[in-house]
Amino acid sequence: MSNPTHTPMRTPLGRVRGLGSAHSGTEHFFLQRVTGLANLLLMIAFIVIVIRLAGASYAETRAVLSQPLVAVIILLTLLSVTAHMRLGMQVVIEDYVHTEGVKVALIIANTFFTIAIALAGAFAVLKISLGG
Amino acid sequence: MAEFTLPKNSQITPGKVWPKPAAAKKLTEFRIYRWNPDDGRNPRIDTYYVDREDCGPMVLDGLIYIKNKIDPTLTFRRSCREGVCGSCAMNIGGTNTLACTKGMDEVLVKGVVNVYPLPHMAVVKDLVPDLTHFYAQHASIEPWLQTDSAPPEKEWRQSKEDREKLDGLYECILCACCSTSCPSYWWNGDRYLGPAVLLQATRWLKDSRDERTGSRLDNLEDPFRLYRCHTIMNCAQACPKSLNPAKAIAEVKKMMVERHV
Repeated sequence: MSNPTHTPMRTPLGRVRGLGSAHSGTEHFFLQRVTGLANLLLMIAFIVIVIRLAGASYAETRAVLSQPLVAVIILLTLLSVTAHMRLGMQVVIEDYVHTEGVKVALIIANTFFTIAIALAGAFAVLKISLGG
Repeated sequence: MAEFTLPKNSQITPGKVWPKPAAAKKLTEFRIYRWNPDDGRNPRIDTYYVDREDCGPMVLDGLIYIKNKIDPTLTFRRSCREGVCGSCAMNIGGTNTLACTKGMDEVLVKGVVNVYPLPHMAVVKDLVPDLTHFYAQHASIEPWLQTDSAPPEKEWRQSKEDREKLDGLYECILCACCSTSCPSYWWNGDRYLGPAVLLQATRWLKDSRDERTGSRLDNLEDPFRLYRCHTIMNCAQACPKSLNPAKAIAEVKKMMVERHV
């Protein structure tokens, strides 16, 4: 905790109230649970796909990935995992980084990174499954 | 940033070993954190020997023995000596607890009773932490019954069942053992309200007589005030009254989701 005695002219209650409540956080909390649950289900399907493809040739892999159900499962997994990753990493940043500017920069970088990963992955899957 | 080393002026140095009481048969060794704001020195660990035949069984008895018979400068808070006031909360044998309800023999580490102030708080002197911010956080949740209806002629009525919903919440004595055991409170205690204050908030959210449940939830709905709780459970482990602040916080989160979904 930052030393509360460092700003002597402000009352303790004023310091606690600070900028007030953000009136948010519940959606973040709820979405983290929802994506967590989705990850659990999707990862089971995803692992089954990966095991089935173990040792398969390039042509076989392409054929499996172009099945709509397989492609959709992988796309959903990408969406859910990266969404969950972004939410979780944001919490870690908020927990441990206390320099306001660095914190905001890291939260933005976290958003950029996870969206880029999600889209790059989705593009790869679509390219294979649509045969581009 | 999370702090993994102590600031230079907080690093602990070896202290004084005080003489053993003469003609004592059974001794227990105490190692106690000492820091004096007036001498400009770093904190140190002093060693004392308590004559168990001249002293009660609790850690607080030992501290009072030391203060009365060995070193009157040892500074600590105490009042009720029976686990009701919460004054003597400190870190004993590595766990936050009340000195008055913890037996010396329960907390021995290699035969020694180690006593430190509550962790990660500014120290006023020796075992006395600065709880100003903690108390202000308690004030910020407005811990009193709030109503808008015309007051009844007698008391605000409550069914037996509704009263029972406050069990496990009203017993909190605000000793701060839980909040100061919580890593989230260590790193973000300036904004995170911490387990004790959130348990107190739950006590008013659950009170059937209170009419401001919504605005109480508004006040808590914040990524830092409430959602820094990551269910680490140190709070429930530490609570000397065997309460479960983590569960109370989970109930608040449930209420939050309930009014959103």
